[in-house]
Amino acid sequence: MWWRRRSKEKAKERLKLVLAYDRARLSPGMVESLKRDLLEVLRRYFPAQEEGLSVALEERGEKVVLMADIPLR
Amino acid sequence: MKAKAIVVTSGKGGVGKTTTTANLGAALAKLGEKVAVIDVDVGLRNLDVVMGLEGRVVFDLIDVLEGRARLRQALIRDKRVENLFLLPASQTKDKEALDPERFKEVVQVLLEEEGFDRVLIDSPAGIEKGFQTAVAPAEGALVVVNPEVSSVRDADRIIGLLEAREVRENFLVINRLRPRMVARGDMLSVEDVVEILGLKPIGIIPEDEQVIVSTNQGEPLVLKGTGPAAQAYMDTARRIRGEEVPFRALEDAQGFLGVLKRLFGGR
Repeated sequence: MWWRRRSKEKAKERLKLVLAYDRARLSPGMVESLKRDLLEVLRRYFPAQEEGLSVALEERGEKVVLMADIPLR
Repeated sequence: MKAKAIVVTSGKGGVGKTTTTANLGAALAKLGEKVAVIDVDVGLRNLDVVMGLEGRVVFDLIDVLEGRARLRQALIRDKRVENLFLLPASQTKDKEALDPERFKEVVQVLLEEEGFDRVLIDSPAGIEKGFQTAVAPAEGALVVVNPEVSSVRDADRIIGLLEAREVRENFLVINRLRPRMVARGDMLSVEDVVEILGLKPIGIIPEDEQVIVSTNQGEPLVLKGTGPAAQAYMDTARRIRGEEVPFRALEDAQGFLGVLKRLFGGR
């Protein structure tokens, strides 16, 4: 069915994400709670907002890095 | 593969480890190697029934590990193909008896004293004690994976554990591939799985009803079958032996061509 998104693309996307967490031995819930703590600390220094703050794992070749994107205004 | 002791593993259960062990064991024996297949799935043994040798089990791996039987007494010779032997798992005894060091010695005796060319070890699902024992003597591994999210995820974990245990010569066996679903984008392709797991395939086995038929009959597919899975297992065994065998273009038996073939008396 041409209008339906090919389900393997979704499978691949989900796998890459879950494996990034598995390989770093992290749970997605832990990153969520890190995000909350991070926001608390950030607010002591900047008027950081929750909206737009993203903390996520990213694969860079062999390494898995934690990426935080913090909008300041 | 240089590895003589090869563990067949997957992490997730039900992806075809036992079928793969039985068929590659039989295929390697058919190609002239002296092969022992060992079932380490204590408590849930199955390699004996898949190979159709369940009626001849007297002693098992744990009897050998604990000194109740000699190795030669416990090895069951497959009468259908020369040089194929099964060492069955125990159905009842305690898993704790699976001492990795003892098991390593047993595999060493097979390779160094009993003249075996290859030992294939059918590992239990999971990553507990049985897995650790199964992996202990292995120099290489075949990671059986289905093109499906849960299986790929668990395979990734297993690959990490193999590397941590210094099992170095590792390959994927991608099992139950459905070419028609891949073609319409509803199944991860071989390339997708290889990209995600970062391991090369040595076997690509298409979904084939003959697998179940052969299991029903207790006869490894490669001993009789001529279908796509039987061919794919034979090809895989040749690659394990170091032959350059190109991967076949998989044609789906359920596709249009397959239907025509069946109508006009093909396979």
